[in-house]
Amino acid sequence: MREVAVVSTAHSAVAATTETPIETLIPVIDAALVAAGLERRQVDFWCHGSCDYLVGQPFSFVSAVDALGAWPPIVESHVEMDGAWALYEAWLKIQTGEADTAVIFGNGKSSVANMFRVMALQLDPYVEAPLGPDQIALAGLQARVALDAGVITERDMAEVAARSRRDAVGNPAALVSGEVSVDDLLAGDKVRDPLRHHDIPVMGDGVTAVVIAADDAARSLTARPAWIRAIDHRIDAQRIGGRDLIGVPSAVAAAARCGLGAGRIDVAEIHAPFTHEELLVTRALGLDAGATRINPSGGALVSNVLMAAGLARIARAAESILDGSADRVLGHATQGPCLQQNLVCVMEGACWVPCVVPSSVSARPTTRVAGQTCPSPVWCGRLPIGRLRMRA
Amino acid sequence: MTDEMADGPGYAIADDGSFTAPLNLAYPYSRTVGPIYGAFLTGLANHKVGATVSADGTVFVPPAEFHASTGERLDNWVDVANEGEVVSWSWEADPDDSQPLNRPFAWVLVRLDGADTAMLHALDVTDTSSVRTGMRVRVRWAADAEPGIHAIACFEPVEIAGGGPS
Repeated sequence: MREVAVVSTAHSAVAATTETPIETLIPVIDAALVAAGLERRQVDFWCHGSCDYLVGQPFSFVSAVDALGAWPPIVESHVEMDGAWALYEAWLKIQTGEADTAVIFGNGKSSVANMFRVMALQLDPYVEAPLGPDQIALAGLQARVALDAGVITERDMAEVAARSRRDAVGNPAALVSGEVSVDDLLAGDKVRDPLRHHDIPVMGDGVTAVVIAADDAARSLTARPAWIRAIDHRIDAQRIGGRDLIGVPSAVAAAARCGLGAGRIDVAEIHAPFTHEELLVTRALGLDAGATRINPSGGALVSNVLMAAGLARIARAAESILDGSADRVLGHATQGPCLQQNLVCVMEGACWVPCVVPSSVSARPTTRVAGQTCPSPVWCGRLPIGRLRMRA
Repeated sequence: MTDEMADGPGYAIADDGSFTAPLNLAYPYSRTVGPIYGAFLTGLANHKVGATVSADGTVFVPPAEFHASTGERLDNWVDVANEGEVVSWSWEADPDDSQPLNRPFAWVLVRLDGADTAMLHALDVTDTSSVRTGMRVRVRWAADAEPGIHAIACFEPVEIAGGGPS
């Protein structure tokens, strides 16, 4: 396997914009490239996640290529999914050896329609979608199953909302933030019983862009890449009445395949537009909320940019590696009704491979000795190299 | 952009000067639904709720065409009851024309007697105090029902003799 890492990220989110998707994309993609010190012509692969249903135009995603610049010819792809799945495709592309660098971006314009209704069109088209439920109705059904089973409480849900809004203070991509007491939240009406306002995401228009790179390319682009150690996605049956809504089996399976239980997770960014979803995913992934910081960005609850919010979770988790504040992190993304599909991405700051630091990176060790702890925590984290896999 | 240009149905000029117009998207296709859904949706018009059964005895309503875990092709049929119990519910306070009822109602997952899975539909109750998990409900058939999920108008509470809804 090639070592692949997130080397830079960029975001935008506003409640509503009159910009076209292309106009929104360009500055965010530019920002991610500038942060990586990469020029467009140096990008081997572009991968885009979006949903034509949001725009209301078949093949609308093709126009996003205008934001990339398609001459000289570029290699690009698109998934009709959140950008997190585009990142998975780009990671695979790099594994094939056909690319060393990739830009992944997810974007959505949620303000142009009632997206809670639009997204419910993912339901079975013959026995569910024709009834016209929205995502909030479906989320309420899942929340109540968990509440009835005693797995979560309404107070747990309100605590998720209060913590998310508090953590979102200072995050320019957050659309709601601030201090609010759990008791005050619980005093609010159940606008869509069992859900209160604070259980329902604030929708946004925006973009997340991520640059990933392989091996020495990653090392040359940033001091402390967020190495993708494991990435996997799984899917449950489509119909919500025929699957385990509490256990979220596809999240459990993805976590197991990523070896999530093998070590501490410092930061977990969970893609949970609704409060109960964070609680169910945290449980399914086996995370200990005492040892792991959950959604320090505020999460999708405070800024639900459709088709970007999942990629944003991977980006936010990676940022805590890039800035040196965490060593092992998790980004999670979900798609489909009621947590049907789940993607888990585990990233670490520690180098696995003894490496030669590029001469362009000054004041850092030029070689490291197997068996010794890396002398520079900025460069590769804290694991002794001798325990780790040697370069083939 | 002149004011005259913003003169069509639903056209408007936003505060920042940008022109907005409605885009009402629909996919009015005719589709075939295959033998399993075809039998189920046709059965509903005859007031029968059909189900498929897998080798492990799981009864799927609405019928599944394949077992999600094993891939087993499912074509053994049974009929199940048109009564069952509420597995979960959420409240619809502000319904629109596309939904089964034009007054506030509960979205429900209902497990019909004899079934192992639950189906989504609407429950006709007046307020949130009239619905609870585990309550007994039955199908209310649509008048002049045509094949399709709308042959079920909605679910309604099963009245217990001598009392209110169970």
